[in-house]
Amino acid sequence: MGILDLTALELGRKIKAKEISAVEAVQAVLEQTKKAEPAVHAYVSYDEESALKRAEEVQKKIDDGTLTGPLAGVPVAVKDNICTKGYKTTCSSRILENFVPTYAAQAVENLIAAGVVIIGKTNMDEFAMGSTTETSAFGPTKNPWNQEHVPGGSSGGSAAAVAAGECFMALGSDTGGSIRQPSSFCGITGMKPTYGTISRYGLIAYGSSLDQIGPMAKDVSDCAALLEASASYDKKDSTSIERDEYDFTSALVDDVKGMKIGIPKDYFGEGLDPEVREAVMAAARTLEKKGAVVEEFDLGLVDYAIPAYYVIASAEASSNLSRFDGIKYGYRAKGAEGLHDMYKKTRSGGFGPEVKRRIMLGSFVLSSGYYDAYYLKALRTKALIKQEFDKAFASYDLILGPAAPTTAPKLGESLSDPIKMYLGDIYTISANLAGLPGISVPCGKDSKGLPIGLQLLGDCFQEKKLIRAAYAFEQTRTYEAPEIVKGGVQ
Amino acid sequence: MANHISDETIEYVGILAKLELSGEEKEQAKKDMESMLDYVDKLNELDTDGVEPMSHVFPVNNVFREDIVTNGDDREEILANAPERKDGAFVVPKTVE
Repeated sequence: MGILDLTALELGRKIKAKEISAVEAVQAVLEQTKKAEPAVHAYVSYDEESALKRAEEVQKKIDDGTLTGPLAGVPVAVKDNICTKGYKTTCSSRILENFVPTYAAQAVENLIAAGVVIIGKTNMDEFAMGSTTETSAFGPTKNPWNQEHVPGGSSGGSAAAVAAGECFMALGSDTGGSIRQPSSFCGITGMKPTYGTISRYGLIAYGSSLDQIGPMAKDVSDCAALLEASASYDKKDSTSIERDEYDFTSALVDDVKGMKIGIPKDYFGEGLDPEVREAVMAAARTLEKKGAVVEEFDLGLVDYAIPAYYVIASAEASSNLSRFDGIKYGYRAKGAEGLHDMYKKTRSGGFGPEVKRRIMLGSFVLSSGYYDAYYLKALRTKALIKQEFDKAFASYDLILGPAAPTTAPKLGESLSDPIKMYLGDIYTISANLAGLPGISVPCGKDSKGLPIGLQLLGDCFQEKKLIRAAYAFEQTRTYEAPEIVKGGVQ
Repeated sequence: MANHISDETIEYVGILAKLELSGEEKEQAKKDMESMLDYVDKLNELDTDGVEPMSHVFPVNNVFREDIVTNGDDREEILANAPERKDGAFVVPKTVE
């Protein structure tokens, strides 16, 4: 068994036991990265030299007893919309191509304190707007299982990096499914925590009321450990929630006896790939055999989540992205006449088509005369959707369904029809509107050999139930890595 | 198409969004916005009378702190990101005639 076959927690234990050094772990990941990157392109940038230097420092602190945590020495990747101090953070956009943050995101600070080694910054849809990682200004990421297919998005680089053995775990961000859907497409486990659990300080904002950083890893245990290490109450984020406890790994228990799991009938209608349906229903039966009570029910309002989301997310994006004006950081267009012309030319040249599309829609729905009809209407719909979930969680501990209606589409198939691409978010998006935690766990592969993800949703603050059920399900399977890892460094 | 976006509207939204679109981009933006709005109009099927708009899932309150500087002086690092700088300040195009 090679280093890359270990999970992050297994690696952490071996580093602690002095069987593997932090430097050896980083070297293995870098070697694999150099091998896989030409085919996968998971990273916007990575820095060998600083990763190795950091690994040496971490090893010293492990040796002298300063660092004792389970993730000390573990190589981690960070999505490129999460600020890393002194290291380029681009949001996969031309407009931030050379942006070097002067501070790190709180989640990154927490991980550094836990002793992880950051390898690099992962590719994403530009400003997290997209479901395929194809809107990146620096070229698409490819699915490690089959390079003709997308890895999903927007955290496609993080998902691909974990699946391809280019890191042991990664941070992603999830505004409408951007952690869970690529995790599903790449055969890894990804979790969106309850809104406010991981500080958004240093996460470059897209839709602030929906954005949440979360863990992406090979299995549920690693996800729980990464969540535990990243989460904290943070005064620098006014929407940060002070939780009663941050101990998530204690929920790694193989027991779902008596747990009530609801399956929304609406999730299994038109548009769902039959192979995905079969794999997800088989997963439900597995949980039932382990003692969970599984029932179908009517969730309601499922079809209204996507239109409400696109109004709210675009509105918030148009406001959040107004800060990119070519003055304080980033790209500035040359040859402009006067201030306003410079703003316009900078933004028009610096943003890609999907970002411009959402800024335009957002500006429209917030404009006088349309604000009530679109923006407030969407916020009222959001309140109704939240009520539907409150009703569901009065009866069920968890909601079970697919993470996405299909497996990973081919490159180039999605961008031509935006609404069709948006419809792919149907199972993930409502969790963001309602602030709920959700997890995607691998539950099979289709006939093309592409991974399928099972999604579990919990009520706000019920991460432990999610982790317990996902962990119990995972015990019935073994983690499978794509060929690109198997042929890799041993 | 139920929704029609006029040239004037696209022009106006472009001003709000601070985006300068080419003729071709404008036509595309009109089409995109029309089809998105047709789709979003689905929300009108819902009776939302008397429903409070929900901007945040959890109650959001002002978070106060003492007005004490806790970060260091990183003026140099901040200015290093500026596309144009001079004498410790950001340079902007002339704004006053």
